[in-house]
Amino acid sequence: MLRHVSLRLVQSLLTLLVMSFLIYGLISLMPGDPISLMAAGSPSMTPEDVARLKALYGIDRPWTLRYGHWLGAALEGDLGYSRLSAQSVTSTLISPLTNSLALMTCALSLALLIALPVGVLAALRQGRALDHVFNIAAFAAISLPVFWIGLVFIIIFAVGLSWLPASGVETVGGGGGIDRLRHLALPVLALAVAGFGHYMRYMRASMIAVLRQDWIRTARAKGLSWPQVVLRHAMRNALIPVITILSLDLGTLFSGIVVTETVFAYPGMGKLIYDAVTGADYNLALAGLMLATGLTLSGSLLADCAYGLLDPRIGDR
Amino acid sequence: MRAPLSRPSARVGLTLLLLLILATSAAAWVERHLGVDAQSLDIMAQLAPPSAAHPLGTDDIGRDLLVRLLRGGQISLMVGLLTALVAALFGTAIGLTAGYLGGATDAILMRLTDGVIALPLLPVLIVLGAVDPAKLGLSTELFRSEGAGLIRIIIIIGLVGWTTVARLVRAATLSIKVQDFIRAAEALGAGPCHIMTRHILPNVAQPVIVATTLSIGNIILLESALSFLGLGIQPPMPSWGNMLSNALDQLYNAPALALWPGALIFLTVLAFNLLGDGLQDALDPRAG
Repeated sequence: MLRHVSLRLVQSLLTLLVMSFLIYGLISLMPGDPISLMAAGSPSMTPEDVARLKALYGIDRPWTLRYGHWLGAALEGDLGYSRLSAQSVTSTLISPLTNSLALMTCALSLALLIALPVGVLAALRQGRALDHVFNIAAFAAISLPVFWIGLVFIIIFAVGLSWLPASGVETVGGGGGIDRLRHLALPVLALAVAGFGHYMRYMRASMIAVLRQDWIRTARAKGLSWPQVVLRHAMRNALIPVITILSLDLGTLFSGIVVTETVFAYPGMGKLIYDAVTGADYNLALAGLMLATGLTLSGSLLADCAYGLLDPRIGDR
Repeated sequence: MRAPLSRPSARVGLTLLLLLILATSAAAWVERHLGVDAQSLDIMAQLAPPSAAHPLGTDDIGRDLLVRLLRGGQISLMVGLLTALVAALFGTAIGLTAGYLGGATDAILMRLTDGVIALPLLPVLIVLGAVDPAKLGLSTELFRSEGAGLIRIIIIIGLVGWTTVARLVRAATLSIKVQDFIRAAEALGAGPCHIMTRHILPNVAQPVIVATTLSIGNIILLESALSFLGLGIQPPMPSWGNMLSNALDQLYNAPALALWPGALIFLTVLAFNLLGDGLQDALDPRAG
């Protein structure tokens, strides 16, 4: 088990390294460069000044060399300076990261809390009316654009009924815990709808496959009650593939975050990356993307560990 | 294996899809009938309610909503189909090569695939959308025209959308390449290219078709999300995504503007998902 996890850890770190190289290359293809942007803002700078500054910051060198420099600094914890916030990238990242993590955790928990039981129920009632109803609901959920769900929720709950605020993380001036939860409600709900469809379908398919196994019949034959078979044996086994797919789905969840945060003007990682890219804040965009990739990768790493705990056979390999 | 359309979900999906294609191809006829096109402004009728002149009303600068919805639909459908095709070609080539050649080629290509899967898709697409073609050595003139925006988004989404097909094709290739007819072809002196395209490709076509159909829905969702964020199809060219981002600004004045484009994205994606899912069920030999 320990060997398995450490091997996966090394693999993930290598993937992250390769990804950082690719992402750096992509960012370097964004229009302009920091010194040109600076020069555009201060007309007194001569072309010689610009060339001198570019040489000073190494911007005239090829991006592969600059990547090496960035990586060295990043490993020491220095991610550079953010152009938009005029602060270090690290301190700019903290508040959006916590905001996004709150949004993601709440949405994921809510979606799973509904999707897993519904998936199991649909599998137990396979082919019957209840199964069809749940299936149609899940199909509708995966076909809905997240940002549109958000817009419709705003129209209903914020514009129409005025129950909940439509944007931001808290009322200007701060409003305490309840106020933050009220601001979180609509984005969480919108993200959870999209997640529900996927997770319910995975759970249902996995549960159906498990229920067909011979050992389910054996468990029944040795006298276990049906609820015992379903809850203690079938569900535990059915969860394993669901966890894998869930971890691969973290990237999708993150994509959902980007649009949800834009719709609800919620200052999180998605909005930060979007603002950094459109505002030509190279260091911030780079760090934001790396953090998002790291999150996705650590998700699949965590899933692998959970895997080992749920399925003792994996540790032996 | 049964007839591809034996499932009711596949038939519902296909019907829905044909209706949508029929409706969007009537765009030119509707334009002639109403005497407006997707760009023409009616300054006297901003945010007008539905009427004979504007069956679904107008947007905030007086453009006819129905015409824009139909034109936007043509673009969304076209982008979805073409991108899925590009992604499928790319994925098939990678999957075939990895599966048939094996060894180090396989290891490298599959690690690349894993890496692309691990990427947070939309943030990466945002950066890809912002890439400056001039830094790639391409002429900027090339990217000014209207059609270039379309090609750009097709390439961007195609670059990250090939992974599912690649993995499916690789898995299928692995099981096919050990069969006798492939060994026979190798013994007769056929080269790898010939074997991959002539002998293996026809045998992996079925999963590719199913995966491609299922991917179109997702691609349309991605395109609309990118256009919604202002990085996909650029106004004034209408797309369901950028019509929604316009509607976001008018949410308190004209909530109806936000309903139509979203409902149409939903129906289109639903149609492709139903069709793909039905095909998968019907063509999967394991399904009872």
